[in-house]
Amino acid sequence: MAAPPLLSLEGISKSYGAVRANRGIDLTVDPGQVHAILGENGAGKSTLMKLIYGVETPDEGRILWKGRPVTLANPADARALGIGMVFQHFSLFETLSVVQNIALIVPGSRATLAGRIRDLGREFGLEIDPDAMVHDLSVGERQRVEIIRCLLRAPDLLILDEPTSVLPPQGVERLFATLRALRTKGMAILFISHKLEEIRALCDVATILRAGEVTGRLVPRDHSAADLATRMIGRNIPPPAHPVAHDLGEVRLELAGLDHAAEDPFGVSLSGLSLAVRGGEIVGIAGISGNGQKELAALVSGEIAQPALRRDTVRLMGQPVGDTGVAGRRRLGLAFVPEDRLGRGAVPEMSLADNALLTAHGQGLVRRGFIARAAERAFSARVIAGFDVRSRGPEAEAGSLSGGNLQKFIMGREILLSPKVLLVAQPTWGVDVGAASDIRQRLVAMRNDGVAILVISEELEELFEICDRLHVLHKGRLSPSLPTRTTTTEDVGTWMIGGRAA
Amino acid sequence: MRLALIRRDTAARGAMIAAPAVALVLTILCSLVLFAVLGKPAGTALYALLLEPFLSWYSFSEVLLKMAPLCLIAQGLAIGFRANVFNIGAEGQLVIGAIAASALPVWYPDGTSALMLPAMLLLGGLGGMAWGAIAAGFRTRFNANEILVTLMLALIAAQVLNYLLLGPWKDPAGFNFPQSVLFPDAALLPILLPGTRVNVSLLLALAASGLAWVVMRHRFSGYQLLVGGMAPRAAAYAGFSERRAIWISLLVGGLAAGLAGAAEVAGPLGQLQRSVSTGYGYSAIIVAYLGGLNPLGIVLSSFLVSALFIGGDNAMVSAGLPVAAVWVFQSLLLVFYLGGLAFLRYRLVVMHRPAQSVP
Repeated sequence: MAAPPLLSLEGISKSYGAVRANRGIDLTVDPGQVHAILGENGAGKSTLMKLIYGVETPDEGRILWKGRPVTLANPADARALGIGMVFQHFSLFETLSVVQNIALIVPGSRATLAGRIRDLGREFGLEIDPDAMVHDLSVGERQRVEIIRCLLRAPDLLILDEPTSVLPPQGVERLFATLRALRTKGMAILFISHKLEEIRALCDVATILRAGEVTGRLVPRDHSAADLATRMIGRNIPPPAHPVAHDLGEVRLELAGLDHAAEDPFGVSLSGLSLAVRGGEIVGIAGISGNGQKELAALVSGEIAQPALRRDTVRLMGQPVGDTGVAGRRRLGLAFVPEDRLGRGAVPEMSLADNALLTAHGQGLVRRGFIARAAERAFSARVIAGFDVRSRGPEAEAGSLSGGNLQKFIMGREILLSPKVLLVAQPTWGVDVGAASDIRQRLVAMRNDGVAILVISEELEELFEICDRLHVLHKGRLSPSLPTRTTTTEDVGTWMIGGRAA
Repeated sequence: MRLALIRRDTAARGAMIAAPAVALVLTILCSLVLFAVLGKPAGTALYALLLEPFLSWYSFSEVLLKMAPLCLIAQGLAIGFRANVFNIGAEGQLVIGAIAASALPVWYPDGTSALMLPAMLLLGGLGGMAWGAIAAGFRTRFNANEILVTLMLALIAAQVLNYLLLGPWKDPAGFNFPQSVLFPDAALLPILLPGTRVNVSLLLALAASGLAWVVMRHRFSGYQLLVGGMAPRAAAYAGFSERRAIWISLLVGGLAAGLAGAAEVAGPLGQLQRSVSTGYGYSAIIVAYLGGLNPLGIVLSSFLVSALFIGGDNAMVSAGLPVAAVWVFQSLLLVFYLGGLAFLRYRLVVMHRPAQSVP
């Protein structure tokens, strides 16, 4: 009899209330295999990984580890068996050094650990200085620390949740080299992603999830990216409507030598940012999160206002607004979709109707200081219908919506304000592929109507698809303007890690 | 098997009604144990605490009398609490309001003008607002925590009252008691229910409740305060001014407490004396939360807390309960109620682990 697979799942189901996140999932992982879990946001990938790592327990089905049924009540059980996981969001203390962070979880003296960190680094291309402070490390280096922390426990299975979403293109290549080296050592790797080219480049097998069910098992190298996308989404997506060049309007948003000193020690200071967005164009801000994107968005939106002396560093519709608050800038025609939805773009405990009021109060939703309930409901109903927000209607609490649906609601609300300038941070985070393509088409349509749009995004493909020009933000500085028609991904990647394109 | 609290999609209306009822039952059960340990007659004590306030017209009218300031102050505080501005020193604003209102009758003890009473209420309200404004200024200018500032200002207000009553405002014919002259009739609030001490301040409290309901439910300004309290970053994102929320909260809270102070000296007291400060400002915090910070809920909770106070006074006399036992009883009620409110947004779920064994 052949050796049992390392991990197998049999008929695993998990529901959250009425939502069936996983339905009858079967999955087999062998040693020395890089196994992709492919699916849209909301397809059930994260739930499945949480079940394997013991964060959640399945409602039905069995988990077998090396042929024996096991119960994983918590992550400690999973780690004891030999399962390690690197989450999308890291859990490192910024004020501690690398070895201090690792010593919190892995037993052993600091000196021994430091030696082992160096050994692992040399062997798998994960070089890192054990004594470096975590807050000095780039995101890619932090990811290496997380991976090393898992490897120190010598796991048989390593789970990586969207590991490439935080990396520049060059970093991705390096990570793949590491993962291939681990595979040769016989380790199994579960690789979660929705980036098709990466999966084709790295993975031996792919399991495709759609709406909580397995819809395919295949060898990704044997299929085209378009084929994989169709299997993942279940239908063809329309090709992006590439923006055609057209006449530009006046400069509507301008930053001129904008400086900002970070207030907290781990914030990012911005220095000398200059850019201009004209009516009728989409300008993108590329770069890895944590390079000043949050600060830039808040400085443009007005959530961070500057002293009157520097009011000229931000101009909106030709007027200096550096020292103007959010309300004043919105009155000039600015609308803004922030990257955090709950608690910033929307109040979780309030209904969608009341959340429409948050920024749309100028649209006839308030009369003589009184809230016009009928107008409020009608406006939110228009957002819900116009942007395919899946909800129980205007009365549903914002906190009860999935992240993608709430994003569509906030996006729709801001678009229906008919802004002159639109600032969007991470327009399609957590939104499924179909809805993301709708959102991008809306943005392009607004651009064609003469709106000035600034998009901050981590998704390079998205920026190349919709933007006329790009700037790359790295350590608080902006690259020069890069026209998307004449720039390559590699050029942008070089700027993303601080180099200069040749 | 383990228990977990799961967030509800929408707030449960049933829990809103069940929470006070369950809290009352649990409080009674715990109190029975407490009274038994103390060796006090439990039946008599509960009868005095819960039933007696409603069994005689006089007791009931006293409930209404105490309800007025509790309700008025709590309505003012609740607006701030919903905006996450925690004015804990309403007692001080009440005292300053009472002092400001007393200035007129103290200086014109023989006044007969019909304008005396409205002017007193106006001064009382302004006095309370001024005391609240100090805290608002410190918070917006120096980011000084309003919980501490309002609380310390309450202690200062108490000393100002002491100074006035022991010094310049002491009644020369008052046998050296620390109290002002008796106010003239023109400085007294009209009685609402003949034969009782209930005066028109009850109407004032009910009118304020209606106003609070309209503002918090239907006015955009009330909505902005709510957003600031529920999600401060969303308020900043939408451009709702935090400074404005702080000023409005502390000024409204001060206004309500100042008015209540004026109504005390112009009502049941009829003069300025130390007993103007009996803790209404602190009890109103309990009233506000017991009423779920909801204007209509506060009308009910002010009535309930007032009845508990009257009942507590009765129980000390008829069942010989120590005052501490009365406080424990009142506090138990609040703790159980606030605990029950958790079920408004969360439900208790029994989690079963799948029946599998680790090899």
